[in-house]
Amino acid sequence: MSATIALGRQESAARLRRQAWVERLRLALRTPSLLIGVGVLLFWVILAIFAQNIAPHDPLAPDILHKLQPPSADHRFGTDGLGRDVLSRVIYGSRGILVAAPLATLLGTVVGTAIGLIAGYFRGLVEDVLMRITDAFLALPTIVTALLVLASVGGSTTTVILVIGLGFAPIIARTVRAAVLSEAQLEYVEAARLRRERAPYVMFVEILPNVMGPVLVEFTVRLGYAVFAIATLSFLGLGIPPPSPDWGLTISEQYTYLISNFWWPVLFPALAIASLVIAVNMFADGLSRVLER
Amino acid sequence: MASQSRAALEVTDLKLAYRVRGRDRIAIRGVTFTINKGESYGLVGESGSGKSTVAYAVMRYLPDNAKITGGSIVLDGKDMLHMDGDDLRKLRATAASMVYQNPGTALNPTIRAGDQLIEAFVIAGVAKGEARERALAMLGRVQISDPQGVMGRYPHQLSGGMQQRVVIAMALASDPTLLILDEPTTGLDATVEAEVLDLIRNLRATFGTSVLFISHNLGVIARMCDRVGVLYAGRMVEEGPAWELLTNPRHPYTVGLLRCIPRWGLSKEVGPLDTIPGFPPGIGAAIKACVFADRCGLVQDICRAEEPGLDPVGEGHASRCHFSDIAQTLPRAERDMVKRPPVPETARAALSIKNLRRTMTQQGNSFQALAGVDLEIAAGEVFGLVGESGSGKTTLARSVIGLGVPDAGSEIDLEGKKLAPRVGQRSLDQVRAIQIVFQNPDASLNRRKSVRQILGRALTKLTGVRGERRSRRIVELSESVRLDAGLLDALPRQLSGGLKQRVGIARAFAGEPHLVICDEPTSALDVSVQAAILNLLVRLQRDRNLSYIFISHDLGVVRYISDRIGVLYLGRLMEVGPADVVFSAPHHPYTEALLSAAPSLDVREEHRIRLQGDIPSAAKPPSGCVFHTRCPRKLGAICEQQEPPLLEEEPGHFLKCHIPIEDLRRLQKPEAADQAG
Repeated sequence: MSATIALGRQESAARLRRQAWVERLRLALRTPSLLIGVGVLLFWVILAIFAQNIAPHDPLAPDILHKLQPPSADHRFGTDGLGRDVLSRVIYGSRGILVAAPLATLLGTVVGTAIGLIAGYFRGLVEDVLMRITDAFLALPTIVTALLVLASVGGSTTTVILVIGLGFAPIIARTVRAAVLSEAQLEYVEAARLRRERAPYVMFVEILPNVMGPVLVEFTVRLGYAVFAIATLSFLGLGIPPPSPDWGLTISEQYTYLISNFWWPVLFPALAIASLVIAVNMFADGLSRVLER
Repeated sequence: MASQSRAALEVTDLKLAYRVRGRDRIAIRGVTFTINKGESYGLVGESGSGKSTVAYAVMRYLPDNAKITGGSIVLDGKDMLHMDGDDLRKLRATAASMVYQNPGTALNPTIRAGDQLIEAFVIAGVAKGEARERALAMLGRVQISDPQGVMGRYPHQLSGGMQQRVVIAMALASDPTLLILDEPTTGLDATVEAEVLDLIRNLRATFGTSVLFISHNLGVIARMCDRVGVLYAGRMVEEGPAWELLTNPRHPYTVGLLRCIPRWGLSKEVGPLDTIPGFPPGIGAAIKACVFADRCGLVQDICRAEEPGLDPVGEGHASRCHFSDIAQTLPRAERDMVKRPPVPETARAALSIKNLRRTMTQQGNSFQALAGVDLEIAAGEVFGLVGESGSGKTTLARSVIGLGVPDAGSEIDLEGKKLAPRVGQRSLDQVRAIQIVFQNPDASLNRRKSVRQILGRALTKLTGVRGERRSRRIVELSESVRLDAGLLDALPRQLSGGLKQRVGIARAFAGEPHLVICDEPTSALDVSVQAAILNLLVRLQRDRNLSYIFISHDLGVVRYISDRIGVLYLGRLMEVGPADVVFSAPHHPYTEALLSAAPSLDVREEHRIRLQGDIPSAAKPPSGCVFHTRCPRKLGAICEQQEPPLLEEEPGHFLKCHIPIEDLRRLQKPEAADQAG
């Protein structure tokens, strides 16, 4: 059915616009995966922001006398190999990843969108060159490339963000280019050329708003991967250096205790990573459903 | 048992609602009609009237959010509404078939046409071994040349007309009681459309199938149907024998609709087209009494108080109007005559095209989309361009505006100055001077920009106005296309098709152009909206005394608006002349065939000229005269060997044909056609 609403004089355009937003919001409220995803994400964001007020202990203070205590009233998630409170470390550990993952994804999205727009709009030689380079980068697995770079440059939050972000750019560029290809055939693009608009205006002001849907969806999907990739890198010891309470790093420091049945220093950060990745994915899934309508 | 009934389809008081945003919105408000065995019934109405919904309801092919809230549908004696699963599937496979508007999407692109047709027979219960033969025979019956070859081809290797024939063959595989045709020829060229319509008519005669024919084109309905029902806002407003209803309409809506159509030979010199004021009620609107009351020129208090019944007004003819006896006195909505300003004697042509050629490549094959076109368009002149798809109309338009680069040696001059091939190389004045109104406003307006932003940007870039002056100009511009200033902040999707096209027109006029290219500006619109847009275009053109290149496949529309007309075929101008001259004999045999193919409301049984086969591929144009492969008046070898020149046979009338004009005049006399008949 056509979604066109014939406008009478009495109906104001602003009202209709508001209605469209209300409509979208209502659809969002009826998408469970979106709600759950947003809920879990908000939970972690709040924990990260108010870590000082929420965490019961100092996440970095060792207490060798009470190391590897099982969960108890004082240490609800137990203590780790250095006697640090696992609960507090999990809460503080959300900070690093909740900053690094979105920043890396944002970087990848901005760079990827720009490449995709340029390739999809100009076509021809520009497209060929850009997309072949992109293909070449796509052929390299992100994690392996990141490992190589981090091993040679040295790990820090900034390098992790840069490496993951640039590693995602080619994937995003592909998606955006595909969306731009169909969009650039529409006549409003020709209309813009017929009033002598410059290419950047056509790309970023005319076309970009119309491909924001796929870009947003791709951003959220990549965000899930970013969480995963950053955790993997810290687990491999190439991310944020100790004694940071970073989840991936914590798991790699503590997993040797698993053999002796001290499961709590590893399980809780692992659950934290899992919940965040799943939440982001549910959010991505729900968002794409809402936007596709 | 019950299938002894005379009716193929009985729809009684059908009510249907779509659930949108948690509310049921009524789309069909009680529709009743009967199609007898062997009868062809037409359902007409504009978009949103519910005609397609009725068709899909008959097949029970409805989207999830549609709900039939009342009434009954009895197909071939069986109640469609109380049927489920296998029974429904079986009935769909045997009792009714549907042919859709776009054959390109109705066929599976990955399966050979033959296999799809064989499958249709197998589903209809034919044994696998026999199905292939039956499929071949059916392709023969739908008059496909080379049925063997077509069987082995994929849909994209077939032309639109051939695809639609395959779809029709599939629909007929089960020998259905009822064939539903949903705008089956809307996407096809006029000559191909005429062939397909003839085919459907012949098949109906041989198979005795009942037909439900859905179309927005009254000319097509007039040609194809025994009886017609007119739908408006989900309500049947008039029903009757096709010819009677179209010549003697008794409902103000039908009267108005018929007046909107640019009839045969009608031109803007006679006066503006009539329009139907206002908008149709949207789906789900609450209507208490007569559905048409808000737009009716004859409305009285009673019309808003109680709904009229569908009362008989003649033999099998009924109208849902309190005033059906005076329906034809409906006052005209457009009264002001547009006076033509005296044509200025400008010596210089506004646009002069010399030897325009354009070679294009498609899948590695190069072909000439334009093969040397010469054309002059005077200031203040509307030049109509007609031709079938692939004739080069759009390529010509794009070359003029600078979006397609012609071959070297082509020359386009605007007001005596040479135009650079690309819009980016032209001076700002030249860019402002030539603008275009695109065919489809949904694609030509950026859906994220408000009307104000769209018009404002065009004004800034083309005229450089800013700030307060720009705001004033935006309002002036929207007023000039009769777009309410209250709609300036609307997004395109919040506007109806006609309003969107007004925005497109306003944008083209932002830079005060001298030449506007109208590329099928009304083909996406309903007839009543089309009439208003055509009136607007005529008014704007006369107020500003500018030139148009008007491209359309609708000959009535081109005839109405144009001063001169050019007929394109395979990138060559076959005939150029004043509109009335081109439309009356003698004309080029191709023009003759085009005119004869167009579905018309005015001629009941015409002597039709049928063109054989499809338009040849531009990659391999025929030798000599490019039209000789389909020309019904071909002379002989000379047509195959020598390309005739475009000669001025009469003052201002150019023809590209070997046949002398006097012979054409004699051949094309009505009596001559009778004898040939």
